Amino acid sequence: MEVKLEGITKSFGALKANDGITLEIPAGTIQGILGENGAGKSTLMKILSGYFRADGGRITLGGTDVTIKSPSDAIAHGVGMLHQDPLDFPTMSTAENFLVGGSGGLRLDRRAAKAALREYAGELGFSLLPEAPVDGLTIGERQQLEMVRLLSLGARVLILDEPTTGISAPQKARLFETLKLLAERGHTIIFVSHKLEEVEEICHRAAVLRHGRLVGRAESPYDVDGLVRLMFGKAVTPGPARIIPHGHSALTLDSVSIETARARIEDFNLEVKAGETIGLAGMEGSGQDLLLKACAGLIRTVAGRLQLNGIDMTGKPYRSFREKRVAYVPASRLEEGLIPTMSLTDHFLLSHHERGVFVDWAKGRKDAQAHIDDFNIKGSPATAVESLSGGNQQRALLALLRTPLALLLLEQPTRGLDVESTIYIWSKLKDRCMEGAAILFLSSDLDEVLQYSDRIIVFFNGHFSTPLTAAETTVEQLGNLIGGRGV
Amino acid sequence: MSRLSPRVEAILFQLGAFVLALGFTTLILLMAGAPPLEAYKQIILGSFGSTVKLADVLVVFVPLLLTTAGVLITFSAGLWNIGVEGQVTLGAIFTTWMLRLLQDTSLPPWLIIILGVIAGMVGGALWAMLAGALKTFGGVNEIFGGLGLNFVATALTLWLIFGPWKRPGVGSMSGTEPFPENLWLPQLPGLRLSLYALALALLAIVVVYVLLQRTYLGLRFKAVGGNLKAALLLGLPTWQYMLLAFGLCGALAGLAGVIQVEGVYHRLIPSISSGYGFLGLLVAMLIRYRALWAAPVALFFAALNIGGIQLPIVLKLDSTLSGVLQGSLVLFVLLVEGARQRLMEKRAQAARVTVNQ
Repeated sequence: MEVKLEGITKSFGALKANDGITLEIPAGTIQGILGENGAGKSTLMKILSGYFRADGGRITLGGTDVTIKSPSDAIAHGVGMLHQDPLDFPTMSTAENFLVGGSGGLRLDRRAAKAALREYAGELGFSLLPEAPVDGLTIGERQQLEMVRLLSLGARVLILDEPTTGISAPQKARLFETLKLLAERGHTIIFVSHKLEEVEEICHRAAVLRHGRLVGRAESPYDVDGLVRLMFGKAVTPGPARIIPHGHSALTLDSVSIETARARIEDFNLEVKAGETIGLAGMEGSGQDLLLKACAGLIRTVAGRLQLNGIDMTGKPYRSFREKRVAYVPASRLEEGLIPTMSLTDHFLLSHHERGVFVDWAKGRKDAQAHIDDFNIKGSPATAVESLSGGNQQRALLALLRTPLALLLLEQPTRGLDVESTIYIWSKLKDRCMEGAAILFLSSDLDEVLQYSDRIIVFFNGHFSTPLTAAETTVEQLGNLIGGRGV
Repeated sequence: MSRLSPRVEAILFQLGAFVLALGFTTLILLMAGAPPLEAYKQIILGSFGSTVKLADVLVVFVPLLLTTAGVLITFSAGLWNIGVEGQVTLGAIFTTWMLRLLQDTSLPPWLIIILGVIAGMVGGALWAMLAGALKTFGGVNEIFGGLGLNFVATALTLWLIFGPWKRPGVGSMSGTEPFPENLWLPQLPGLRLSLYALALALLAIVVVYVLLQRTYLGLRFKAVGGNLKAALLLGLPTWQYMLLAFGLCGALAGLAGVIQVEGVYHRLIPSISSGYGFLGLLVAMLIRYRALWAAPVALFFAALNIGGIQLPIVLKLDSTLSGVLQGSLVLFVLLVEGARQRLMEKRAQAARVTVNQ
């Protein structure tokens, strides 16, 4: 079935998540949707699958104008979405999950359901046991179940959101085979991903979103560097590069290994000097986030040694790292970094408090005002941080950092910020380097990584490059490394 | 169009909620075929009509204010401490235990009374921290943990009254053997009210107000309650603060139990907590966690409780009518507050649109 999106617009508060997106997808196509986190991919897909209502724009399915009011409405129109985390009911059996959402009266016909499940699964080459409880299945199997369920409900347009996260290689191969088969039968497949090589492998065409806008379209075979440029490009007018002296060794990682359920890094070695800035690049979830968290003591290393200013910190908790003047600034500001309902004054008091029982509110407000002025935050001491804009929240997070710092770890320090804020924030960060702090940051903005790092490490699927000198590296080289060529 | 200041507007909304609750209760009275005005008059007369009645209101006010003060702490730390009933009960049990242990010794009575107070506060705190420990170490949501512990506390009371602590001869629902009068909290002549108890309750709410408004501890409780992850990144030991909030709340609830034993019943009775734990939660929700309002609203609720006693006698109405009024008041205040916030959001959005254009 042909899908036509025209001028789709959706705002959340001041943020324009989708800004006039127009896209046509013919029947029988596998359409890739590329873009970094926050680019608006998920919003667009949730609009098409009925989870959100668009503020404006038109959706046409198979030539008819439709209004999609809810997910069940979307299914009735033949649009089904597979979410990144399977939306199933773990305590129920595979057959019961298959039945959920189906039409029918009060009586459950389990036998018919099992037969139908076997038939659909067999046709797609999946082996699903109807009696198996869902919480015992792998992510890949749960995905297969969800796909079978949506198809049995009559889905002709299938949206897959990052479908290859957490599934095994054979499952991925099976999935890709199935998608090709479905496309040949005239189904429309929308494949949302930030993994370029997958889009390259399976999608007939690709569209790139950035900051809520459709910034480019391409057809297979792709010019991969061009796609990288479209995904990551952000024209920052570079300020004059500052020369910052590098001091003693601030952070030393000796054959460090990190392991989580999602990913692992093995045998990582790095020495960072005081005053130095190291940029970590790579597709999201390639392991760079784990490294940052490990350097803050937020996750334990499984092997190797971690030293701060020559002191062994291996296995110590976050609080010990904090005492040694390590700061960690998370990417999700309101979820992890700030306390939404509390005021700026509250935050500064909490962060800067050393001793004493009673709060001196007058002094606290004065202190907050000083920081607000210093960091140019648009808000007053009494403003609750949740009502600040994203850029001002980020400024607040940086203003909260204590002085002095030995090591500053930042996730996406300027994500979602305008050029002016980006430049401002980096000037503040470089001030920290002048005072002797070492910075490790990860960013999905390649220009930012090249502009502000002394050295760059590129991560790909748990592997990592040797540190590259930023001054001698180009966006194209980084793009290749990020895409997994040459790591 | 000129607009009312947000403060005045908030007060108007709350008044509206009060009127709605009153209207709702009136409707129920009409449906029951009772004269509403007469019922309200009886409640007022029943609570403030005489010195004895006023003293009775204050007797209810004291434990209610204490439980309210306690849940204000756990609420600020983002915890739904439903187990206050059990914490009051354990306070009462620990006090009874201490008094029984010491009543035949040669210690001066005032010292025994004070040791009883300390024992009760410790008992309540331990019971609350048990719910906290179940949450932090066992992953049991504090609502279920607290509720479960409430039942355990009730069962424990009954077992003690009918078992180890039963009256000579037979155990009975009337409770354990009363303590000698020299172990009672001193009362006003002819009244059930102890000024010491009243002073303790007022002191407690002042301490909680200062704690939440003026200390770093209060600020940290709010941080832990507002965003656990961010509080952790700010360097706060989060689960320790949660346990501490539980402990402080439990100590205040335990103190309510102490006063029930030492100042009101002078023995352990089966339903010693008398629902003050749940009522305290209602008061805290009604005042939306602002400690300043705790005393007047708790007093109002206490008056409703006592005033309602008169209803069955005079109007053949059940005394739970006060409960209907209390419950509907809380629901309407929360409802109206929700509506007010939606309205404000809409206005903010409208304002943004205007700015953007």
